[in-house]
This record gives sequence, structure tokens and C-alpha cells, in this order.
Amino acid sequence: MFDDIHPMARKTEARGSAAAASGRHTPADVDGVAASSFLWSTTVLAPSTAVAVALFALLIRLLVSLGPYSGQGTPSMYGDYEAQRHWMEITLHTPTAEWYRNTAANNLSYWGLDYPPLTAYQSLAHAFLINASIPESLALSSSRGFESHKSKLAMRWTVLSSDLLVLFPAAIYFVSVYFRRNVGGDAKGRSSPWFLAMILLNPCLILIDHGHFQYNCISLGLTLGAIAAILSQKEITASILFCLAINHKQMSLYYAPAFFSHLLGKCFRRKNPIFEVLKLGLVVIGIFALVWWPYIHSVQSVMEVIHRLAPFERGVFEDYVANFWCSTSMLIKWKRIFTISTMRFICSIATILAFFPSFVQQIKSPSDLGFLYSLLNSSFSFYLFSYQVHEKSILLPLLPASLLALQEPTLFGWLINCSLLSMYPLVCRDKLSLQYGSVLALFALIFYAPHGKQHGRVDKSSTKRVALLTVGLICSAVLHLVYLGLEPPKRYPFLFEALIMSFCFSQFVIYTVYTNIKQWMLLDHSSLKMRVKKDS
Amino acid sequence: MAWLGFASLLLRCLEEQQGRGAAMEEAVWMWAVAACVKALLIPSYRSTDFEVHRHWLALTSSVPLRRWYSDTSAPCCTLDYPPLFAYFQRLLALPATSLGLHPSGLLHLSPSPPSSAPLPVLLYLRLSVIVTDLVFLLAAVRLARRRLPIARRSIVLVLLLWSPALLIVDHIHFQYNGYLLGILLLSLSFLEEGKDLAAGIAFSVLICSKHLFLIAAPLYFVYLLRHYCRGSLWKASGRFLIMGGVVGAVFVAAFGPFFYYGQIQQVLSRLFPFGRGLCHAYWAPNFWVFYIVIDKLLAVVLSKLGFDIPSPEASFTGGLVGNSSHFAVLPQVTPLITFVMVLLSMSPCLIKAFQKPQAKHLIRWVAYAFTCGFMFGWHVHEKASLHFTIPLAVISVDSLNDARHYFLLSIVSCYSMFPLLFEPQEYPIKVLLLTLYAIAMWIGFSSYFKLVVVPAEDKVHNPSTSDREETFIGKFGTIYLLGLLGVELWGQLLHPYIFGSSLPFLPLMMISIYCAIGMVCSWAWQLRQILQRT
Repeated sequence: MFDDIHPMARKTEARGSAAAASGRHTPADVDGVAASSFLWSTTVLAPSTAVAVALFALLIRLLVSLGPYSGQGTPSMYGDYEAQRHWMEITLHTPTAEWYRNTAANNLSYWGLDYPPLTAYQSLAHAFLINASIPESLALSSSRGFESHKSKLAMRWTVLSSDLLVLFPAAIYFVSVYFRRNVGGDAKGRSSPWFLAMILLNPCLILIDHGHFQYNCISLGLTLGAIAAILSQKEITASILFCLAINHKQMSLYYAPAFFSHLLGKCFRRKNPIFEVLKLGLVVIGIFALVWWPYIHSVQSVMEVIHRLAPFERGVFEDYVANFWCSTSMLIKWKRIFTISTMRFICSIATILAFFPSFVQQIKSPSDLGFLYSLLNSSFSFYLFSYQVHEKSILLPLLPASLLALQEPTLFGWLINCSLLSMYPLVCRDKLSLQYGSVLALFALIFYAPHGKQHGRVDKSSTKRVALLTVGLICSAVLHLVYLGLEPPKRYPFLFEALIMSFCFSQFVIYTVYTNIKQWMLLDHSSLKMRVKKDS
Repeated sequence: MAWLGFASLLLRCLEEQQGRGAAMEEAVWMWAVAACVKALLIPSYRSTDFEVHRHWLALTSSVPLRRWYSDTSAPCCTLDYPPLFAYFQRLLALPATSLGLHPSGLLHLSPSPPSSAPLPVLLYLRLSVIVTDLVFLLAAVRLARRRLPIARRSIVLVLLLWSPALLIVDHIHFQYNGYLLGILLLSLSFLEEGKDLAAGIAFSVLICSKHLFLIAAPLYFVYLLRHYCRGSLWKASGRFLIMGGVVGAVFVAAFGPFFYYGQIQQVLSRLFPFGRGLCHAYWAPNFWVFYIVIDKLLAVVLSKLGFDIPSPEASFTGGLVGNSSHFAVLPQVTPLITFVMVLLSMSPCLIKAFQKPQAKHLIRWVAYAFTCGFMFGWHVHEKASLHFTIPLAVISVDSLNDARHYFLLSIVSCYSMFPLLFEPQEYPIKVLLLTLYAIAMWIGFSSYFKLVVVPAEDKVHNPSTSDREETFIGKFGTIYLLGLLGVELWGQLLHPYIFGSSLPFLPLMMISIYCAIGMVCSWAWQLRQILQRT
């Protein structure tokens, strides 16, 4: 989309036009080769290009935020927007100790706080901001279901600013580290602006955060920062950031096996493994103590919070999710066969089994690229097999998938398509179809930008692969149309949802099996490289 | 030798052919990206123009043609565009019936506020703007494919297809400028390719769609007279007759039916409502801003000195002032005076076009003619600055000076449209659109015109060059843009802080005056270019 300023021109920006004024400028190269890279083909992320891509991503977020939010104008319970607004109200007007407790002011059955304390602090901070301009939107209990144009705007801005403050810097940091450390191997013909756009223009994240209304950008941004810190060998920073991410949304634990195994594997390769492990352990404990400070004084209040965070009394899945339990429940009625506690146990075992291979690989030979694959595999194992997953959790595997966009471009594009499809029922409920279509189209356009990506890779794709993709695309298009246009049969009112979910599930499974194999195939030469580096 | 020449010719043909396909592909990609942004803009704010256009759809599809210009069922939204635009609206209304949009009220004559338009109506009208933009895309490709090397072509396409001013006016505020400017660019591309007859047809279609484009008619007349109707007297008059016949046919097709029904008087009175004042409610940043300001200042100063100055009864900022726009000190301005001034100011390009009718200078002349109309015209809207910024985008890569001029002009022109969107929801959108465009221009221009480094020893020997350290936009440009930022900050932050809600017109006035300074400079620069280079 945007060119990197030619290095020469950049040098002269400050004093260039002195020469220009004296008429020594010429329209560049007649053959148009150098300047025809109006675009992407550069591995150096120039400030102007980074700013352009980031501002474009911000613009798209702003435009999506013009649309409706979840539960707009649907009284009694509303939706996630009301939940976030309610948390601001509660954190603003009740003492910290009572945030997770059922009291007269804080009725936990009405959108009780069910995220860790950092989310609560973030709600409080935003509550201060909104309270300064629209206090009636946060008045205790009387403001339930408060909706106005102005308060929507203010709430939207809290998400936008969090995104801008957390995810954007993390993404830029990651992309620059990625190319500096040469994580993806041979950097020739790769485009850093394109890569940054792939991370920032993730349509699912934009729709959920700025359409549906959530703050995933914060926990994902913190995780991304942690990943970048690990890639640049700053393990303590990484631990701090990742602990903060966990304390913002407990779902960040999906990544925990990858972080744990990678750091452990690295520590084992040092002179004092036990000291290194202890150091990181202390950092983790310290951060947790700091965040949980108001609650760690009594066991009871800690248990109260934990109880809110892990609502095991709820079912194995809610609504329709493209995971193993939901997709197979058409054939096997899990909920009827097993009690909740057995189900919990089965889920845990299945999840552990699923992430075990990638876990072992990272302990055995931790590497940068392997770490990215391991993040993807462990988050997918949680998404597919753990207890109580909802459709928005697909955002977690999507983050590492987008970080691997230069490794697996075609698969990443396909994964985005399937994830969007798996969220389609949710999007329809939120009346965000217009935004859905536009963001999907925009992503596809940027993905296939005329000069973006690596030129070679696209050509290499064999006819077999193209045929497979076409079949997949037709399937997904048909499912979209069927869901939009047809009435489901009366006996099975959720038939189409189930169809969509099983289709997406099959794709996800294929994808993650493939990436697990990929991760194991990395084993040999990358671990060798590590050793050489360590010795020198 | 002959073989070599033939081979090079063949190569060039091949290159051009390849270039065309690639240009189309690139342009479609850019248009599609823009279309995604436009689709996301569908729920955004829309002005009363939205209701006006909806009403025209209803009017043209439910009222017989002879009453189109005399219908007064909705006084807010009477038809005041020429007939071809009315036919265009009639065409746009056609698919609505088959889509079953009748219950949604799309084609109801009774007006309703644009903010409460039901979703089908909103989608239909917004999508109609996006789809008719294809004319603009087609014209942009035609113009850009002749501009090689590839980098130059890409820059032209970006500048045209991602114009923030066009996005603001068409896809937020709501109008069909993309379609109309598309016709203008089509006619320009025909002229560049030497297809004068097609250009004449396109331009007369344009005039019969929106008569504001009449300003360029003298230039077109002179140019076509000298360029198309050349040769011996016999051949020239033959060609003159052909051109006249074709243009006349377009006009007959447009106005004929109304002539037949005896409505022509009514049509003309709707098209030229001179009852309106010299300036629009929000002053377009042109010459008359200074005239008004000087008049006000003189009035204040003179009354302080003891002269008896009659205070004007209507404030210029108060909205439509009708014919009562009295100046306190300076002579009154009538439509005739503005007309003469426009003609006089554009006479240099008319003379140049008469002396040497060359296609390569044409876009510059046309842009200049529209600039004159904008600077000195009667009741000019700020949106009219699109008429010359869009054509100037095409030639902005011709030289570094052109690029510099376009960089500043497009920012000023887009900024002067900011007051169109006054709701807080769209504020960050318009700012981001302009900023992104400015960055894209910056990156594109500075990579295209690789500015040559001054060798270090040069600077030592010649300290005067180091004093003249300039960036791409130059010292004046930097200061001017910083001032623009200052005006915006004043209007957004300091003014509400200091004055509260009193003097609401002051920030708008400042924007007008400040942008008018830039516009006058641009006009003068264009005039100098025309005198020196063409």
C-alpha cells in the first residue's frame, strides 16, 4: 500500500530540498524498478510506513465502531457492552474487596465480574474517565442498561485507546524484532509492512473488540509484547508482560504451556538452570501478588475471586463453538453421559494430551520459530478440547497464526476465513453483517495485495492446493448463504449452526495437526543453531 | 536500422499493452480497498443532502416528467440539478421497485430526517454512490495508464482513488461527485488522447448533469474550436458543425422534453437561483472571504473614527442571506460582477489555449479555470474545490513543484471541508483520512523524486545553502501547515475552553480565512505556471 521512503530520500528529508531548490532533482528511474516497489517489498519497517499501516488499522477500527454493539437495545440482560459498562459502575462505586462478592450493591447474577483483577482495575480506570463527562451512565444500579449516543462513543473510545496503547506498540515491536532477529529465516522478498498489516488488521479481533465490544486487545497485546520480549531475549520483561496478560483475561493461560516449556527449555541450557528458573518464578509470584494485593489477605476472598474466574457449574460449552465437544455433541450427548466433574476431568486430560507434543518439543529444543508454532499449537489444543470455551476464544490461536503469516501465508488466510465463519452466528446476532463483509473483503485485498507478500510463494502453490482451497471456499460461501437465507427445519432449529461449527472444527483440526508436524520438523537444525550461539 | 526501429516500436506496444492490464488490476485493487472503507462508512452521519437525493428518486419515479421542476411537495428538496442528473436519478430508482423496496419508504414523496432513514433505504442510497463511482475508476485508469513509469502511474491512482475529500463529501456527507467528476476526467482523458468529439460529448453530458461545471465551458469552447476545428476553412466549418451538432444533440436530449412541455422557464429558474447570497452559510475559502473581512474591519475602523456607517442587518455567518448581503463600506457585489471577474481571471488560459491548443497543457488549464470559478464565483460551495484538486492530482507527478503544490492544495481543500462533518463521531475519521492521505502523498512523492543529497563540501563552501535547509514541502509550506494545525487546535480545544459556546462562528470563520489564504496562493501559483510554462 505504501512505499518505504527510499533510503536516500530519507537521508535527505532534513536537508533535501536545498538540493531540490537548486533544481538537481530528477524524476526517479525511468525503468520504474526501484520506485515500483510502491509498496511492500522491504524488510525494514520505516517509521513512516509503520505509522501509515497503524493509522490505517486505527481507521478501520473506528469505522467498525460506528456499527451496533452486542445487546444494543435488548433490555433485561443486554450484552457484553452492558457487562463492561456494569463493571465500570461496580468498580467505581463499591470497595475493592467487594468486587467479586455478592452484596446488596453488587448482584453477581447480573453480569458479575468474572475476569481477573487487572480487568477490574482497567474498568476502574476507564470508569474514572467516563465518570468525568457522563456520570449518569455509571450511576450505581440506576444506570443499568444505560444507552446513549454519547456514552456509546465514550465506551468505544476506551477500547480504541486501549488498542492503540497496548496492541499497536506490541505489534510494531514484534515486527521489528522479528526481522532484526531474522526469525523467519531467509528474509529476502518479505515485506514488513504487509506483516504488520496482517497482525493489526486481523478481522476477527476488530469485529469482536470494536463491533461486539470487548477488550481482547489488552490481553492479546500484552501477550504479543511478551512474545516479542522472548524473541529479543528479555525473559524477565516477557514474564512480567505475560503475567499481566493472564491477570487481564484468564484465557491467556491457553498460551501458558508454550511460554512455560520454552522458558524452561532455555533455562536448562544455561549454566545455572535452577537459579534461572527461580528468578523467573519469583518474578511471576511477585506480579501475581501485586495484582491480587487487595485479595491475598484472606483465603476466603482469594477463593471468591477464583470461583468467579472458573465457573465450572456452567456447561462444557456455550452457544455454538467449533471445538471437539460441541461438534461431536451431535453424535454423542456429552452433557447427558457424564457429570460435570467427570467432564471436567476428561477435558483436562484431552487438552494436556493435545498440547503435550509441542510442549515436549520446546523443552527439548527451544527456538524462536518453534516457540511461535508452540504458541499456536497449545492455544489450539485449549480451544479444541478444554472446558467452557466460547466462540470468541478463536482469537487466541489466531494471534500466533498471524505471527506465522510469513511462514504459512496461505494457511493463515484460510484460517482467518474459517474463524470468521465460526463467529458468523454471533456476528448475525449483533447485526454486524455489513462490518463483517467489509472487513473480510478488506483483509482479503490486503492479503493479496498486488506487490505484497513474497512473489515466489504464491506461484509455487500447486494446482492441488488451489483446488482444495476452492472447495473449501465454496463450502464456506454455501454455509454463509444457507445460514443467511434458509429457515432451519423445525425439529432442528440449530442445524445450520451445528453444520458451520463442524465444518470449522474439521478445518481447525487439520490445521493444528499440520502445524504440530511443522513444529517437530523444525527440531534439528534450529536447535543446532541455538547451541552454536550459546557457545559463542 | 529499420529493423531496430520496428523492434523498439513493437516492444513499446507490448509494454503499453502489459501496462494497461497491470494498471487496471492495480486500480481495481485500490478501488476495492476504498470500497471496503466506503461500505464501512454506510452507518455514518449523513447530511440533508441524503434526504434531498432520496426525494429526487421518489420525485422522478412517481411524478410525471413535466412536473419534475414545478413540484413543491417537499420545499426542502426541490430538484435543482439539470435534467440529465434527474434522468440519472430516475435510472437509479428503477432497480428499487424490483428489489421490493416500496414498503421501506425509499420512494415516498414525504420528507423524513436523514438520521432516521431505515436500513434498506440507507443501504440502497449509499451503495448507489459506491457503484456509480465505477465511472470515476474507469476515468482514473484511462488517465493513469498513460503516465509511465509504473511508480508515477501508481501515485496518480492512489491520489485519485483514495482522495479523502471525495470520501468525506460523497460517502459521509452524501453526494454523487465521484460519478460527476468521473465524467469530467473521462472527457479530459479523451482530450489527451486526441478524441475531441468524444470529449465534447462527455463534457456536455457533464454540464447537463451539474451546471456548476459550466465554468470550464469557455475553455472547452476555445480549445475545441482551435484544436478540433482546424485546417482549411471548409474542413474547419464542417468540423465545427459536427461538434455543434453533437453537443446540441446532448442538450436537446436533456432539455428537449421540458421545452416540449413548456417548462423550460421553470427549469432555468431552478438551476440559477441568483436570489441566494454571495457566500454560502459557511464561507467557501475564496477571494470574497477577504472582501467581507476587509469590509467589516473598515466598518469598525471608520465608525470608530466618527463616520456614520450603517450596520448591515444580516450577519454573513448567520446562514442564507439572500440578496441583502450589503457591504457597509466597500461597493456591493452583484452576480454580474462576479461573472466578469471569473471571465477576466481565466482569460490567460483562454488566450493560451487560443494561441497554442496543446493537449498536454489541457488539464492544467481546466484546473485553473475551475480555480477561477471557485475564487471569484457567486455563491460558491466549499465542495467546489474538488473540481480542480481532482484534475490536478493527475498532473501532480509531472514535476517536483507540481507535487509540492498538490500536497499543500489537497490538504487545504480537504481541510476546508472539515466543517461539513461536525459530529464528534466522525471527527477522528475525517482527521485520520486526511492524515493517511498526507502520509501516502509524502511517501509517494519523496520516493518518486529522490531528492539528491547536497555533498558535504558544498555546504562548507557555500553556507547559504545550509541556511536554506528545507524539507520536501519547503519552509513556507511547513509554516502554513503548522498554522493549519494551530487553527484546528484553536477550534477544537482553546475556543471552547476560552469562549465556551459563545461566538460559535469564530472557529469556522478562522478556517475559512486561513484556507482562503492557501487557496489564493494556489490560484496565483497556477496562474504563474500557466503564464510561464504553457
